[in-house]
Amino acid sequence: MSIKEAEAQLSSAGTTTDAALKSATLLQIEGLCIEGQSEERWHRIVKGIGLTLRRGEVLGLIGESGAGKSTIGLAAMGYARPGCRITAGRVVFNGRDLLQLGESDLRRLWGSKIAYVAQSAAASFNPAHRLIDQCVEAVVGHQLTAEDNAKRNAVDLFRRLRLPAPDQFGLRYPHQVSGGQLQRAMTAMAMACRPDLIIFDEPTTALDVTTQIEVLAAIKDIVRQFDTAAIYISHDLAVVAQMADRVMVLRYGELVEEAPTRVMLSNPQMPYTKSLWAVRSLRKEEEAGEKILLDVSGVDASYGTFKVLHDVNVKLPRGRTVAVVGESGSGKSTLARVITGLLPPSSGSIRFDGKKLPARLKERDKDLLRRIQMIYQMPDTALNPRRRIRDILGRPLKHHLGLTGAARQRRLLELMRMIELDERFLDRLPSELSGGQKQRICIARALAINPELIICDEVTSALDQLVAEEILKLLLRLQKELNVSYLYITHDLATVKAIADEIVVMHQGRVVESGPKSQVLTPPHHAYTELLLSSVPEMDPDWLDAILAKRQGAELGASPSG
Amino acid sequence: MSLSAEELETLGREGAPLPLAETSSATPALTSRRGVLQTVWRALKTAPLTAWFGLIVILAYAFVAIFAPLIAPFGESAVVGNQYEPWGGKFIFGTDQLGRDMLSRLIYGARNTIGIAVLTTGLSFTIGGVLGLFAAIVGGWTDQLLSRAIDMLMAIPQLIFALMLLSIFGSSVPNLIVIIAVLDSTRVFRLTRAVAMNVVVLDFVEAAHLQGEKLGWIMSREVLPNILPPLVAEFGLRFCFVFLTISALSFLGLGIQPPTADWGSMVRENATLIAYGDVTPLLPAGCIALLTIAVNFVVDWFLHKTSGLRDEH
Amino acid sequence: MNPILKTVLQRLGLGLVTLFLVSIVIFSAVTMLPGDFATAILGQSATPETVAAFQRQIGLDRPPVLRYLFWIGGVLQGNFGESFSSAGGLGGGHARTVVSLIAPRLKNTLFLASFAALVAVPLSLILGMLAALYRNSIFDRLVNLVTLTSISVPEFFIAYILMLFLAVRLPLFYSLASVSPETPFLERVARCALPALTLVLVIVAHMMRMTRAAIINLLASPYIETARLKGVSPGRIIFRHALPNAWAPIATVIALNLAYLIVGVVVVEVVFVYPGIGQLMVDSVSARDIPVVQACALVFAVTYIGFNLAADIVSIVTNPRLLRPR
Repeated sequence: MSIKEAEAQLSSAGTTTDAALKSATLLQIEGLCIEGQSEERWHRIVKGIGLTLRRGEVLGLIGESGAGKSTIGLAAMGYARPGCRITAGRVVFNGRDLLQLGESDLRRLWGSKIAYVAQSAAASFNPAHRLIDQCVEAVVGHQLTAEDNAKRNAVDLFRRLRLPAPDQFGLRYPHQVSGGQLQRAMTAMAMACRPDLIIFDEPTTALDVTTQIEVLAAIKDIVRQFDTAAIYISHDLAVVAQMADRVMVLRYGELVEEAPTRVMLSNPQMPYTKSLWAVRSLRKEEEAGEKILLDVSGVDASYGTFKVLHDVNVKLPRGRTVAVVGESGSGKSTLARVITGLLPPSSGSIRFDGKKLPARLKERDKDLLRRIQMIYQMPDTALNPRRRIRDILGRPLKHHLGLTGAARQRRLLELMRMIELDERFLDRLPSELSGGQKQRICIARALAINPELIICDEVTSALDQLVAEEILKLLLRLQKELNVSYLYITHDLATVKAIADEIVVMHQGRVVESGPKSQVLTPPHHAYTELLLSSVPEMDPDWLDAILAKRQGAELGASPSG
Repeated sequence: MSLSAEELETLGREGAPLPLAETSSATPALTSRRGVLQTVWRALKTAPLTAWFGLIVILAYAFVAIFAPLIAPFGESAVVGNQYEPWGGKFIFGTDQLGRDMLSRLIYGARNTIGIAVLTTGLSFTIGGVLGLFAAIVGGWTDQLLSRAIDMLMAIPQLIFALMLLSIFGSSVPNLIVIIAVLDSTRVFRLTRAVAMNVVVLDFVEAAHLQGEKLGWIMSREVLPNILPPLVAEFGLRFCFVFLTISALSFLGLGIQPPTADWGSMVRENATLIAYGDVTPLLPAGCIALLTIAVNFVVDWFLHKTSGLRDEH
Repeated sequence: MNPILKTVLQRLGLGLVTLFLVSIVIFSAVTMLPGDFATAILGQSATPETVAAFQRQIGLDRPPVLRYLFWIGGVLQGNFGESFSSAGGLGGGHARTVVSLIAPRLKNTLFLASFAALVAVPLSLILGMLAALYRNSIFDRLVNLVTLTSISVPEFFIAYILMLFLAVRLPLFYSLASVSPETPFLERVARCALPALTLVLVIVAHMMRMTRAAIINLLASPYIETARLKGVSPGRIIFRHALPNAWAPIATVIALNLAYLIVGVVVVEVVFVYPGIGQLMVDSVSARDIPVVQACALVFAVTYIGFNLAADIVSIVTNPRLLRPR
């Protein structure tokens, strides 16, 4: 049997009623309520959500952490994770309420009619079996076609998803292929039975931007080719805009706004929806620096025998911000460890305020430690959960400045004013603060002892858009007031535009381009900078198609042989 | 599988949704602070029956151990009757092989057996805990060296090692305490190091290093408070283990020596009665069993409570 | 080289190093003997001459390294030296070699331990898996309560209860497990029934709790959820998705518990007066018969290390990431 025949057999729904089916409702959710268990109590996670999905339609679910979007995605399959329970509502799929079906009826639908693509494909594949065996398991298990047929179909899907060497790809094991490939393999696995509906649960969130774009393109293509309905879940509106026909914005388990994608992007109604653009709208006026505070020159560094930094040069002027941009594995966080003295460089030198910086933390005196401070990505792990804010902020005041009693209290109040938090927070534990408030405390801890350089390691990437914007504004204001310098490490270009004076682009442990912001962000770019800049999704539903067309054109132009 | 991170975050925030813009206006406290006693009481109210049973038993044992001389009708090793007198009358549980009152010896036994086990566990935690924290924070070669040495000691079964050392140094209470404590500290080391490792990699510990904080501060203020719950639970489990080991050694005649009243030795001394269908030797054994069961019930509940682990479905 | 082979060889090498170091630790025991040890062994009436002769006999006059080499050389040839209890012809008895004391008892112990293991291992694996699959059911809760109780109880408590009720009050079994080399197999099994039952009760409790935890942990893996959401049947999830990844944790659980069995055997042998190596060791510790204690400790340690080594090797050879390198 050929692939075409197999296909025909698989999409046995038939072609005659195609037009009629197209407009038919595939999934209807009404009044869905879900509760989750924590500390032996049940809390409402999803509070009465309703949605309608037609055949062949892609619905985007967007929301920030805690919006309950993953839970809704799974509930659309009639499934609740352990520790969650569906308390009310109907999930009608093809005319049947999934919440009323028994385990074995659901099992018949799962995989064959509704499929799921998880965020972490690496954990979602069984390490003990070949990819192709896992991809065809549902088809064979549901007795839709014979195994060899299913395998040929899987190879075809691998090809359509642009996986390398599709004939051999499936013979490998999950740990033998890269994250981006695994995510596409998972899409192939979901598509194997030609389901009516696929739930994509943040399938590109764990990937770097340059990998993300390939996976997005592959998913978009294949969903279009088979005219599959999908629910696409993401926290990134720009990503959802590329995939979805219609977008629902969720917050705290409730619907904020629902509209067709183009309408949503051009004319958002609710203030919360508008805030999703917050960081993108922030722009800092670039200022040239004069006196160099930090001068990293020719630095190499390695973990054991593995070299992570190659001849890195960075110059940071006093009172300015240099953004270090790169994907995971670019060595940008390693650079921070080298500057703080946690990882001594194997060669090269670092000068701070004109003097050579001792390589090791232990060799630096107390005053030097005071002058260089650090703020971390995850405010949750950057504050000791067992100490009160007063102790967390008070300790460096005593340790470095020798402040006690009333003098320390005055300084504490001053700090709280600086970070715009009420002084009552001093007596709380970190767990009693929100993510943004915790990050403010981290900023206060760094500022407490009048440092000259603050290394900011992805300080906004764990925060929601709106909170991130406020933190960035705070950092900018404090810089103006205190003339402190920032070395800002990030992978997010919107943040770079918002905060940087100068930019350093890193790739695989090397600096590929550096200079003032305006210069680096305007063409002509270095090839990698170009790839990085063009891979960042924009708030434009046509962006993905346009960029792919452009890249394809460039490829064709470069190699006329085809 | 538990909830996804994002769902847990919702749960943490439930009840007081944050205002849209985070400004200086303080949000109401997300969790109101409570006194420690109140927290304990709240936890106890929801505790299962087994935990209540365990707590009551432990308190009763502690009471008996502390007030032994006031409660016991006769002296610890006073010969007050004929050997193996039956239950009832003057001697509620009869007399032992030398004519000493069984009940009095059981009561004094609580004091001796539990006291020695608590002392041993405490010593074991001091050694293992300090070394484990030290290894986790310092890392590198120090950690490797310590860990390999501990692995070595753990390669010999604990009871066998203890038997061997006792044969060399002889059986006395101080020897017993030191030998068992040192051998048991290897497990405390392993656990302390493992849980401390999870904390040491967190950013706030790195932040403390970057502030130039000394080792002592980091060990006691930054890491220790964060690993206390698993250590407390482990203290309960190690106590049971030590208590059972010492009882086993005493039962084998190599632990606490006569005439000290001790439950393990009492089983051994009166074991012959079993052959006549008499349950008396089971009394001290039952005392041991009841206490370890009680401690295990409490630890089980405590672990369930603090680990945040849920059983699925 | 094949990474599996390499890792296995590395692990074996580490095992050998461990054995070597453990033998040093056990040997050093003698060097740590207090000065008055000879007097303690020989009694207060010993003359300085007999003490000196005794010390010469156990080799205390030679440097420790030489003594170690001599001792370990003997051990490797199956010669553990002579027992102190007949040392230097004191008391007129002829010297007995340690091997002649240990060999028959080791056989007895191995018989008892394998008997218990044969029953306990399959039983606890099955019970553990059932508890994991039906977790939080009445069955699971009951099993949890019973096993938690049973691991909290001293072995001799279980042993005496069994003896009291199943041998004395209700004479179903032999209360004492006295066997000799001439005892026929079936009678041997009958005589060993109670000690074996005691060991089984203790081991099953530990083992099934660990099995339950390991299986629950495994079933919480995301790939199991993926399989469920593919509509794979529960049976297939267990056999195809869970089992291939379960060998390592299960092997670890079995090894840990067999190692535990080795220790448990000491107390049980004493209770039932079973002529095994555990009882020999206890007697020798009382008599401070160091060569016998050393030999017993070495036998126990080797078995213990062997089990752990076996578990690690099973984990290595069933690890899919090592099995199929990139």
